[in-house]
Amino acid sequence: MEQNVQVIRIERSRGWVALQLKELWAYRELLYFLVWRDVKVRYKQTALGVSWAIIQPVFTMVVFSLFFGRLAKMPSDGIPYPLFSYAALVPWTFFSHGLTLASNSLVGSANLIKKVYFPRLAIPIASVTSGVIDFVIAFIVLLGMMIYYGVAPTVNVVWLPCLLLITFITSLGVSLWLSALNVQFRDVRYMIPFLTQLWLFATPIAYPSSLLSEPWRTLYSLNPMVGVVEGFRWALLGTETAPGPILIVSSLAALALLVGGAFYFRRLEKTFADVV
Amino acid sequence: MGDIAIRVQGISKQYRIGKKERYKTLRDTLASTVTVPFQRAGRLLRGEGLETAERDEMIWALKDISVELRRGEAIGVIGANGSGKSTFLKILSRITEPTTGFADIYGRVGSLLEVGTGFHPELTGRENTYLNGAILGMRRDEIDRKFDEIVAFSEVERFIDTPVKHYSSGMYLRLAFAVAAHLEPEILLVDEVLAVGDAGFQKKCLGKMGSVTKEGRTVLLVSHNMGAIAQLCERTVHLEQGRLKCVGPSAEVVSAYLSSSVGADVKSIWFNDSSKPNHAEVRFISARLLSVDEQPLSVVRFDSAFFVEIAYAVSVPIRDLSISYKVHDTQGNLVFEAMDTDMPEWKGRVRGPGQYRSICEVLPSFLKPGRYHISLCSFIEHVKIIEKQESILSFDVSEVGYPLNPGRLGIVSPVLQWKVIE
Repeated sequence: MEQNVQVIRIERSRGWVALQLKELWAYRELLYFLVWRDVKVRYKQTALGVSWAIIQPVFTMVVFSLFFGRLAKMPSDGIPYPLFSYAALVPWTFFSHGLTLASNSLVGSANLIKKVYFPRLAIPIASVTSGVIDFVIAFIVLLGMMIYYGVAPTVNVVWLPCLLLITFITSLGVSLWLSALNVQFRDVRYMIPFLTQLWLFATPIAYPSSLLSEPWRTLYSLNPMVGVVEGFRWALLGTETAPGPILIVSSLAALALLVGGAFYFRRLEKTFADVV
Repeated sequence: MGDIAIRVQGISKQYRIGKKERYKTLRDTLASTVTVPFQRAGRLLRGEGLETAERDEMIWALKDISVELRRGEAIGVIGANGSGKSTFLKILSRITEPTTGFADIYGRVGSLLEVGTGFHPELTGRENTYLNGAILGMRRDEIDRKFDEIVAFSEVERFIDTPVKHYSSGMYLRLAFAVAAHLEPEILLVDEVLAVGDAGFQKKCLGKMGSVTKEGRTVLLVSHNMGAIAQLCERTVHLEQGRLKCVGPSAEVVSAYLSSSVGADVKSIWFNDSSKPNHAEVRFISARLLSVDEQPLSVVRFDSAFFVEIAYAVSVPIRDLSISYKVHDTQGNLVFEAMDTDMPEWKGRVRGPGQYRSICEVLPSFLKPGRYHISLCSFIEHVKIIEKQESILSFDVSEVGYPLNPGRLGIVSPVLQWKVIE
């Protein structure tokens, strides 16, 4: 009867530790509930509720269209500028919100961390995942705009889930680094708005990446969001430049961020309960 | 090993408490402001954290604890505040790692370090039940199955679809405990959660804990409630300043702890001279609880008398001075108030300059087992209040020697004399 009792050894871990993805999988229900909580709570006690998911990218698009599109006459690969920028802002908003929420998530869950054991990776993962709902809502508006401007999606639209996954990986990857650091140094909290702002301009949202010539353009796509944004435009709006090499470089960069972040996170994880 | 549930081998835990001053001169300080960030960044990139960066003062919260829990056994952990009880539980719950030593745990563990962990004020009672259940490690179908039982136990049926931010604190705690009480792991680690809600609910919680231990699950219970420990656990571990003082049958360990608790807990409060203007005519010096043999204490047996001693200094002759104290229970009820001018010989007398002690004997078999807080006041009747000190001292009345039913109603539980005449 007692044959298959699981034995857990509790002792000090040293250095780099395994990711324990199997254990994380065993806690998938908790992950589900954490996502569900974040989604439920996000717009509680706000007057505008879920429309915040649309307001932010739409208003940014309006501002960009006015200043970059109208005044600066920024080229937009032959696409109407509002559509051009909004198609980039939809994945961008998912990325930057996920990043902001997840980086603060460990500190925000201090009471959980100090009182209950579970794989801590679940916390930032849940934070990033909960943004998918907002993404879907903002995406519906994008579809509406495409109908309005009479732009039909290309067959490449089948790649969209992949592109969303890269966005997710990038957002989570960066968040793992930042959330773990944030436990020790609350400086991170002040760094994040600054970081996302700089990153916004390092990503071809207000301008097309075709402004850059090779090999700079491929090098530029070490920023994974370059691949994502170009991919979105390519799949949905049919911009000419096939983002093959860009996407490959971006995916690899995203993956490197995630794997590095996960190991770094696991390494610091043991100190969270004592430090947070 | 089949009958072992937890084996703890030489576990120690070290914490750092602040860092020592290292910088000597301004030049050093300036130089280090430039170099330290780089050193720190290097350490961070290597993932070392900063623990090794500064030479910090270290303390051992736990030192070399070894103990074995048999399967199906309920074991209590007692000790004064800061003795390492919570750290011990946190290590076994895998919240924090031991510095040295190891523990093997055979079976599924559930730990309750607090009730209502992860409750979100904006979510309803129903939603929080699911969320909290998942956090504590219950599966969804398990919660589905037990949901009605949990709600019935919590007595908040009517408000189950109301956000918990609108709950009274009692309702909140009842729901939180109800979820926790339905956790069914093979090994249960519990910290002090028995102390929730009103007396009736506490009794219910104790009953639930009792049935959990009877079901043959392994339980490790950390508590200040000696009565609960003695009642629920066969064996008890006594920790003192991070070290294992003794392990043995609960009754023995608890009574040894109660009688030895001299010097272990905070038993007296000393008032700082500088906190009070010098011209005060009366100034409190200290307050403490004494046993009948004049030992300071913080835990009182239900059936023994004890003394409240208040020391104070009088700087000018003063007439009609009263030194009084109030005793509140943890629900905030004022249990009683007493003043030294209750004694007719001190009424209307003048106390000249000097130091005094007013000592009050409190009846045995009178205060219900539980925690109490003492507030002090010095005043001149009908004239003015001189000084007030709110909740400056607390003490526990233990259930040792308590002959009544734990659910006895009323704020106090005097054991009175009866005559039954036929």
